[in-house]
Amino acid sequence: MHTVIWSAKARVVIGPDQPVVIIGERINPTGRPRLAAAIMAGDMAPLQSEALRQARAGAAVLDVNVGVAGIDEPAALAAAVRAVGEVCDTPLCLDSASPLALEAALAAYPGKALVNSVNGEEAKLREVLPLVARYKAAVVALTMDGRGVPKDADSRLAIAERILDEAARLGIPAEDVVLDPLAMSVAADDSAGLTVLTAMQAIRDRLGVNQTVGAGNVSFGLPERPAVGAVFLAMAVLRGCTCPITDPTVWDLRRALLVSDLLLGRDEYAMGFIGAYRQHEEEI
Amino acid sequence: MADLQALREAIIKGRRAEVPGLVQAALEQGANPQTLINGHMIEAMKEVGRRFEQKQIFVPEMMIAARAMQAGLEVLKPLMEQAGHAALSLGTVVMGTVFGDLHDIGKNLVILMLESSGFKVVNLGENVPAAGFVEAAREHQAQLVGLSSLLTTGDPYVKATVAAIKQSELAGQVKILCGGAALTPRFVLQECGADGYAPDAVAAVRLAKELLDLA
Repeated sequence: MHTVIWSAKARVVIGPDQPVVIIGERINPTGRPRLAAAIMAGDMAPLQSEALRQARAGAAVLDVNVGVAGIDEPAALAAAVRAVGEVCDTPLCLDSASPLALEAALAAYPGKALVNSVNGEEAKLREVLPLVARYKAAVVALTMDGRGVPKDADSRLAIAERILDEAARLGIPAEDVVLDPLAMSVAADDSAGLTVLTAMQAIRDRLGVNQTVGAGNVSFGLPERPAVGAVFLAMAVLRGCTCPITDPTVWDLRRALLVSDLLLGRDEYAMGFIGAYRQHEEEI
Repeated sequence: MADLQALREAIIKGRRAEVPGLVQAALEQGANPQTLINGHMIEAMKEVGRRFEQKQIFVPEMMIAARAMQAGLEVLKPLMEQAGHAALSLGTVVMGTVFGDLHDIGKNLVILMLESSGFKVVNLGENVPAAGFVEAAREHQAQLVGLSSLLTTGDPYVKATVAAIKQSELAGQVKILCGGAALTPRFVLQECGADGYAPDAVAAVRLAKELLDLA
């Protein structure tokens, strides 16, 4: 199954027979006070430089989140979408908890975006899916609901099925729903890695849709975080993750995905890996 | 004399299976339960906190230490209650994740550390409205309210919860401590008017003690 999204000038195909698509996570002010201050002040230059840095490091899609407390988020997200589009052709993933901000960003975006995100909560389904349908966008669907993130893989699969049903009812095809089975901290719960990987495999085998996952949570509270994230990403790719949300400027993470593609026969003559290696050697 | 050094080591290293036996042995040799808790076991948890803050140990090591501590407290609780003392005597904390937010990992880690440091903690769970914090603080006669917020969209609920507590008759009687990835000290202390901002679970314990003049 292919999820296809595009900007005004570039198109990205996400699918199990394609190289992994990295969704760059760095345009996000959470825990980054300087970026938050710039966004609050309407200064889009730091966002633009993050966009370029990540695109250069192999991000094929860029997540854009401007969630700063007290901001006019619809206006800010729309402005950020335009600002990133000025410097970079990479298709965007519009990231907000606010349906109003998502709508403003969708209206400002010249292409088919990925919307981040919906989940199994009634209110979310009601507020976000109609927007996705109206703008013919694609959407990230988190396998959680009003009761939180289920501790077991079967319940996450059940939520995934419910969201896909609801999407289909509104005319959103399964290929435009990208599931996120939610990686949690293994420091706090040492079964969290196995749970998300099991859910991922079940979603791949039973539903066949594309999947994303964030690698950041997994390594929280542990030493050697890039190594933990890298191994997790490699395992996730094998279980059906086709478009992880991660930081491609961290070489360990990017390298894990490049090598995964190579080992799974998605990198002809290893050109992707070798090219990225050479670029990395020059930059360090 | 009981092997209190071994007890301390077993807690610090998180050897949960050994702790109840060591506590029992100390009791049999005449150790006072209260002295064991306050004089030795909580001291061991302080050392765990110190090592975590200096990055000598990591989150899972802190968690197993806290669980080993709790296994020891389980042995002592009935004795303390018989003697008419609360086993966890530092004070009562009500703690939850704010409305609209379902994150539980950080909050539960803070609870584990508070409990193993001698506080009684009432876990309100996640997605807790402002009134839920106020009612629970009133019902349990808490000295401290803990708010966790991991989403930037949670900021208004942090503010509303702090305001609700301050507008209730609990104002001045309970301290309010906030933490979580979405929050900054400036927002929590200046804009919301909370009493403390804790960047992690160990800081939360230290601040809880400071705010209640127990440090």
